[in-house]
Amino acid sequence: MSDVTSTSPAAGGEAPDAHPDTPLEPPLSGHDYLEDGPFVEPQGLVAETSEGPQELTRRSATDASQLRREVGAVLRLPEGVAVDPSDIDIEQTDDETMIINMGPQHPSTHGVLRLMLELDGETVLRTKPVIGYLHTGMEKTAEELTYVQGSTNVTRMDYLAPLHNELVLSLAVEALLGVEMPPRADWIRMLMVELNRVSSHLMWMATNGMDLGSTSMMIYGFREREMVLAFFEKTTGLRMNHNFIRPGGTAADLPDGWEDDVTVICDTVLSRTEEYDELLTGQPLFRQRSEGIGTLSAEEALALSLTGPVLRSTGVPWDLRRSMPYLRYDEVDFDVIVGTYGDNFDRYSIRLNEIRESVRIIRQIVEKMPAGDYRVQDKKVTPPPRGRIDESMEALIHHFKVFTEGFKVPEGEVYVAVESPRGELGCYLVADGSPKAYRMHIRGPSFVNLQGLPLMMRGGLLADAVAVCSTIDPVMGEVDR
Amino acid sequence: MTATGGAEVVEDRLPDSGAGGVASRVPGRPLQEVVFPTRLQYSAVVAGYRDSGYETCSDLCGVDYLTFAHRTVPEGVVPERFEVVVNLLSLSQARRVRIRVQVPESDASLDSLFDLYPGTEAMERETYDLFGIVFDGHPDMTRILMPEDWEGHPLRKDYGVGRVPVQFKGAPGPR
Repeated sequence: MSDVTSTSPAAGGEAPDAHPDTPLEPPLSGHDYLEDGPFVEPQGLVAETSEGPQELTRRSATDASQLRREVGAVLRLPEGVAVDPSDIDIEQTDDETMIINMGPQHPSTHGVLRLMLELDGETVLRTKPVIGYLHTGMEKTAEELTYVQGSTNVTRMDYLAPLHNELVLSLAVEALLGVEMPPRADWIRMLMVELNRVSSHLMWMATNGMDLGSTSMMIYGFREREMVLAFFEKTTGLRMNHNFIRPGGTAADLPDGWEDDVTVICDTVLSRTEEYDELLTGQPLFRQRSEGIGTLSAEEALALSLTGPVLRSTGVPWDLRRSMPYLRYDEVDFDVIVGTYGDNFDRYSIRLNEIRESVRIIRQIVEKMPAGDYRVQDKKVTPPPRGRIDESMEALIHHFKVFTEGFKVPEGEVYVAVESPRGELGCYLVADGSPKAYRMHIRGPSFVNLQGLPLMMRGGLLADAVAVCSTIDPVMGEVDR
Repeated sequence: MTATGGAEVVEDRLPDSGAGGVASRVPGRPLQEVVFPTRLQYSAVVAGYRDSGYETCSDLCGVDYLTFAHRTVPEGVVPERFEVVVNLLSLSQARRVRIRVQVPESDASLDSLFDLYPGTEAMERETYDLFGIVFDGHPDMTRILMPEDWEGHPLRKDYGVGRVPVQFKGAPGPR
């Protein structure tokens, strides 16, 4: 929005200060770039938003190897699958192309994602996501918080799937503590994260619909999500940022009558997915705009570390719930939905059908929910029940200790991953024996999945760029952390 | 879900460069297979795993052990200030391996994995940005989360968290 970097003589003439016509020196490589790179200090309005060398450079300032990398030719792929290096027009001059900014303040970039696109007319040649606008140092913050407080921090990362964030941190802490969860805690957690998956995918259906011009879908998606959020509010007290799944179990038991609420949600969502089918799936306009757009092959997806629906759309049946089960996912029946072509339509149908599979899982959870404790009865980790505090001094002290000092976690390091709606959500935790995490790293699926964007957009139209970006489903809170 | 083999299988893959690569498993935890190659062995070890069916690199991050230097590492590994932790994933075997490389403060640099796993591009940039560890051979070693003109690397332990002034003058700072 802020600046349109055009190298055509006409536009360049308007702002000669910002973009001097002196040619920039090519080959740039490694971190030398930082020290004495040929980057020209921007001036005026451009300077206020400039990200320096993080930005997409002009074609004349980009050497051949960098250019090939940006269009995906460096992926070590079998012959015929990879982009043919000779196919890339390195000699193309700046006069024919234009670099524009999409975002960070753009309604279709799902937050503050900034895409720098090199266009030849309507065709996207190169793309570079510039991120970091929402960086709040949450991994640094996590080092200052006790493990009890930790889940309030991570829940704010992926704000559309907060329960998954809490889950992955809790699983990591519990792995280091070596505590075994009571069965009911596991099943409550599963119920909550599956409902969260439904709400997250519904939200995606809504925004993706809007990106493609279907504003009705946006209203419908939000309407259904509202039901799930109402249940979350009833259970956890909050619609988002729940801090419900904590190391040692969950914050509370499910409210009375939860079975009925959940059954109503399941029935409604399931019948509404039929309506989405009618509205979008079979709709010729929607199909034309999504079939064959933003295609990706399985080899490319694996090389770029992509996970979640983006990877499954290429036909790789990889779902951590199935392949490396955590909680009690090995005790429920569900299908892993895979696509074939790796295009936008595949990613759409995977998410739509994952809603149905989640509903299927939730129905089984309602049937199988065992009785028992919702948190582990380990005095070291769990505060005493609220009722005991009024009658016992020791319980009061214990409660106070747990919430002010926190509990100590033995020295060690662990990596735990769960399948969030966006892909593999990992947590690498290093404990030094104190009540605070020494290092907490979150492997954000959207952060990694954004790397697929330049490849998926290459050669597509600008109008489709919005849709391709949408099918990656980036949540900037988690990309930037 | 269980990782079979464990230490001895891993040890076989370490190239014999005499630099003291060590393989170990955290006891009692399946899936947590950890390898400690030296900096010199690093690329070769990762390449070895890649060729033996670890199709994707799921994570790469740094750790600054400035205030926790006494951590437990297997015999033969010289602990350094920084550590780069790489998580490789094999989809075909449903198995993970974690590679921990020691990176000294005096020369905070490491080979880039970009040629082996192009998906590490953003992760290496993030590690460079937040820890100041330079990855040799990375095509675009720029900051990714922080602004370009930012000073320092925020996730280093000697980088303060900053605080808002409060009325209680005696209140201790966070660190």
